[in-house]
This record gives sequence, structure tokens and C-alpha cells, in this order.
Amino acid sequence: MNLGRFGFRLEPRSDLPKHINFTVPVGSFFAALLAGAVLLLITGQNPISTYSRIVERAFLDVDAINGTLVAATPLLFTGLCAAVAFRIGFFNIGGEGQFYIGAITGSGMALALGADAAGWVAIPLMILAGAVGGAIWAAIPGVLRAYLRTNEIITSLMLNYIAAIIAVYLIFESDSFWRDLEGTGQMFPKGKFIPLDAFWPNWSLGSLVVPFGLVLGAVVAVWLWVLQKRTRFGYEMRVVGGAPTTARYAGMRPGRVIVVVAAISGAMAGLGGAASVGNFRHALDPKGLQQSGYGYAGIVVAALARLNPVAVIFVAILIGGITNAGYSLQGADFPSGLVGILEGLILFCTLGGEVLVRYRIARTERRPSTLAAEVGA
Amino acid sequence: MSINDNLFIIIFAAAIYYGTPLVFAALGEILAERSGVINLGVEGMMLLGAVGACWVATNFDGQAGIVLPLALLMAMALATAGAAIHAFLTITLRVNQIISGLALTIFAGIAGVSSYLAGIWDLGQGPVPNQFDNMNLFGLGKVPILGPIIFDQTALTYLSWVCVLGVSIYLFRTRLGLQLRAVGESPQSADSVGVGVARTRYVHVLIGGAFAGIAGACFSLSIVPQWVNGMTAGQGWIALALVIFGFWRPDLMLVGAYLFGGLSSLRFSLQARGIDVPSALLDALPYIMTIVVLVIVSNSAARRRLGAPAALGKPYEREER
Repeated sequence: MNLGRFGFRLEPRSDLPKHINFTVPVGSFFAALLAGAVLLLITGQNPISTYSRIVERAFLDVDAINGTLVAATPLLFTGLCAAVAFRIGFFNIGGEGQFYIGAITGSGMALALGADAAGWVAIPLMILAGAVGGAIWAAIPGVLRAYLRTNEIITSLMLNYIAAIIAVYLIFESDSFWRDLEGTGQMFPKGKFIPLDAFWPNWSLGSLVVPFGLVLGAVVAVWLWVLQKRTRFGYEMRVVGGAPTTARYAGMRPGRVIVVVAAISGAMAGLGGAASVGNFRHALDPKGLQQSGYGYAGIVVAALARLNPVAVIFVAILIGGITNAGYSLQGADFPSGLVGILEGLILFCTLGGEVLVRYRIARTERRPSTLAAEVGA
Repeated sequence: MSINDNLFIIIFAAAIYYGTPLVFAALGEILAERSGVINLGVEGMMLLGAVGACWVATNFDGQAGIVLPLALLMAMALATAGAAIHAFLTITLRVNQIISGLALTIFAGIAGVSSYLAGIWDLGQGPVPNQFDNMNLFGLGKVPILGPIIFDQTALTYLSWVCVLGVSIYLFRTRLGLQLRAVGESPQSADSVGVGVARTRYVHVLIGGAFAGIAGACFSLSIVPQWVNGMTAGQGWIALALVIFGFWRPDLMLVGAYLFGGLSSLRFSLQARGIDVPSALLDALPYIMTIVVLVIVSNSAARRRLGAPAALGKPYEREER
């Protein structure tokens, strides 16, 4: 199928209007909602009532907003994970696994420090442990890609499954350090709770509850923005991402840049895992982590934010709203799978929207057939 | 104890049984990638196929000989519809193939359309009434050694052998296959001799989707065989790795698929024998091996210049003027 057949063609843009950074994502988002509504209609659901319930449970009262901020926190970190890696063309699909590993190392650190450690010691060390765990997990596909030319998409994805198996093993299939072996924990496997002092704070703003993890994520997002826009390393990232050969001629080491970016990307997801334990779950909960699928949703967040770390903050809250609504409306007569459908459609429409950034859709001036007719006449 | 109870024979037979969906999925991806389009939506398309096949097999009464082919057709139709989205975005709109494929897997996958459809169709209440059973072909299923391995598989496996043979001949012995490879290697040259690049790519991405649909049906009609959300458990991604492992050739891919089928079945085969191996390690084995194999293959492939179609992943833009 060729657009030319319908009298249209894609013409590369020479100018880039400023508003496009905003209008294209917003347009894509609403296009996705529209496509979702069509799908709901075809399958006999009522799109208006479904959407209004989502908006209600996501943004319309204080409890809903607080729930949305909770869901937005991990998405913010996994969104940053995808955004920084995709920026240089390193397709890290492993945010999911790096998130699990961050949850394992973060909770492990809190448990190892025990009840004697004060919060101001335990929390920074948990952050560090989560970031390092995620970074190491992401450095594996990074090193393999940089030095052995192995496709990072598949390796990072395989590591997701391996990380999930490790988390399940620690809680369900062994008497590990992470598992609660006292009381009902013997019968019904579950993670050991981290000490109270290691719980991450929730700050109240009026009746709004802001998780510490969300604030941390926002700070990290700004740091990433500065790193990309204002430092020498950020410049190297842009060159390596755009033209690896040029980078080599300019004396940069593309392999090193790829590994460092992979590690930073993994550290983001790992931080998210630590935040999910520290702020919300307070124990390693493999099934809960797997059900959420935050790593994959992070890719949607990053794409809709057009890979801009600061924009990721706002998009995470938006997608967090949908996730939160989907979660709280679960069961009853709310169609399951709708959240994934909307996320997928948002990603499709964002991609379609990118076409409008790169090209102008123009009418073909003269169809060859009419031209021939004119010449003939 | 007959020789057919030998552990190696059991593992060998299971390798073919569990490798069959991988064969279908990777075969479809080979066709799409040979035309120059990577489709990372395999996992999602497989789940679409699985849910479609499951719906037909659950809701239609009748002879298995009629219901099961219908179920396969439904699987192919749904998965092809998924592939069509990817084809439109990547071929007509020329968007990034990697992100579009991921979007397809998120859209169709474990938390997307496949579970949505399973929910509104009320699947997952129990095993499907119509399944693909082992066939005991020509009554040779009990023959020593070859019986269980070759003659006692399901119709899906025999179908997959026909497809592998057919695709091999198509790719390397026909004019259309030559055109397909030309489009994947050098779309400019193909275009200049009048081969429709966009049309060739559309056709093969859609056929790739149909194969992924059958691969999904292998799970819901034979391996599991009922509806479970996300039942393909990453096999679609392993199929993508197998395409690289097989250097984009159906015959080499078949070997890899059975290797991984064997690894996936190891847990059941060993546990059935009461051999105690940590199950976490066995579960992780196919995923670990995928990484190991990819590392080995990508290194030697780079050295021998074997492998990927040259235009793989690149949108084709004809110079307008």
C-alpha cells in the first residue's frame, strides 16, 4: 500500500515548528483514546462510561490522585530507564528485569542493615543498592552489545524472565534471606518486611500524599536532563546515538558510552524497584511485581514524552492515572486488558505522530495518469 | 521397560513437541525479516492466535477434523490483523520498526487485547474440548526409538515440517523467493527492476503474522491446552533469537527450535522421572541459553559476514525526484 495511490505523499520537513513537541504527543494521546473507543464499541462495551470511570478513578478526587501518584512513581523510573537508553539507540527492553533486581537488592540492603540502622542511613543505602543492582543487570546487555555486537533487545528481554525467576525463587522456592520464615510465612510464602525505619516517607501536602520516591524520581529526571544537554558526556551520547562512525573519528569510544548509558538506564529501573519496596510494598513481592508490568509500560511513557527526561515526569503521572484506574476498577464489569490496549495504542499513535514531525503530508500535485491524459490531448 | 521409556528418547520427542510453536513463529519471522522488516510483535501475535483458536475450539461443537482447522484459521486471522498494524506503520508510514513491534506486543499481549478478548469471551474455564492429539501415524507410534520421536507427534508438528520445507523451497528455489530476498538485501535494486518493495514487504509481514498465529494456537490447543493469560511465556522472543541463530534459514532454525524445545521440556521430563534438579534453574535455562547462543552467533556471524538481510530494519524511501 502506498499513500501515493490515494493522492498523498510524505514530504520531508525542512522546518520544525516549536509547538510540535507539545501538539504531537497530545494529539497522539487523544488519537489513541479514540482508537480505543472504537475497539470498545466493536466488542460491545460502552466507551463513554468506561472512559469516564477511568478519569474518575484516576484524577477526580484526592484519593484517586494519591493512588495515581503511587502508580506514577515506578513508571517515572522505568520511563527514565527507557528514555535515556533509547536516546542513543540502545533498545533496553529490560527495564522490567532491572526493576525486579533493584527491588531484590534494595530490600536486601534494608533487611541486612536491620532494625538498628536509622532511616537517614538505611534509605540512602537502599537507593544505592537498588541503583547498583539495576545498573549491573543492564550492563550485561550493554557490554554484550558494545563489545560482542550482540542484539541488546533480545538479551535484555531474556534477562527480564531470568530476574523474575530469581525473585520467585527467593520467596517461593527457597528459605532465602528475603523470605519471612516465621509464623504464617512458613505456610504461605511471602517476603520479610523491612524495618520500620527503612520505610520511605510520604509527604503530606494538604490532603495530597506525595511519595518520597516520586520526588526522588523528579530530581533524578532533572539531573538526567542536565547530563544530556549540558555536559560533555551528553554531547558524546548525541554523537554516538546519531553517528557512531563519526564518534570514533572524533576520538570518542562508542563502546564505553553504550555501557555507561546502559548502566545509567538500568540504575533508573533499579531505583524504581527499590522505591517500590521502600515506599509501598515494604517487602519483596515477586507476584505483585510481575502483575504490574512497570518495565514495559515505561517504554510507553518514554515514547510519549519523546524521550525528554523532564517530560517523563508528567507523562508518568498521566499513564499512572490509567494504571491506577485499571487497578482499582479491576474485576466487577471492567474489561481486563484495557490498560495494556490503551498503552499499546498510545505507543502506536505516538509513532504515527512522529511521522508528522519528520514529514509533511502533501497532496500529490499531478497523478501520472492525468498528466498522460493532458499530454495526449 | 521398553527402549521407548529411555529418558533421552522422551526428551527428544518432547523437544519436537515443545519446539513446534517456535518453528512456526520463527518461520514467519524469517519471511518478514527476509523482506527487510523486523517484527518484535511475535509474542503479541502469538497470544492473539492463541486466544482466537481457543475461542473457536471452545464454542464450536463438531468433529475435531472441522473445528481444529477452523480454530487455526481464526488464529491466523487475528494474528494477521495484528501484523497489519505493524505493516502499515513501518512500511507505509516508515516509523521505527523496533518500537512499533514492541507496541504490538504491549497492545496484543499479556495485559492487552488477548486478555481483553479472553475476558469478554469468558475463556479460561477449563481445558478446550477440541485439542490436537498425538497421531500415532501409520500405527508406527510404538516402534522403537523412531516411533515416539517421529510417528507419534501432533498434526501441528507434521504441518510445521511441510511449512519448513515449503518456505525453504520458496526462498531459495523460486523466482518470488529471489525477489523477496532482493527486497531485503537491496530494495533500490529490486525497485529498479520493477519488484514492488512495499507490496512484497506487506505480503511477508502479513504471512509472518499468520505463522505466529498458528504458533499461538499450538499453546492453546495442544501444549497447555486451555486459556491462561500470557501463556506463551516469552517463547515469541525466543523465536526472534532463533531467526538470528538460524542465520535467517529455515533448516538451521529448525535445529535451534528443537534445541530450545528440549530445554523448555527438561523440567517436565526430569520431574516425571523423579530426578531432583532445582526447578528455578531449569526454568531459567532456555532464557540463559538464548543469551549464550546469541553471543556466540552474533560474534561469528560478524566475522563470517553471514546473516542479516542488508536492508533489515531500514524503511525504504524511493527518491522522489
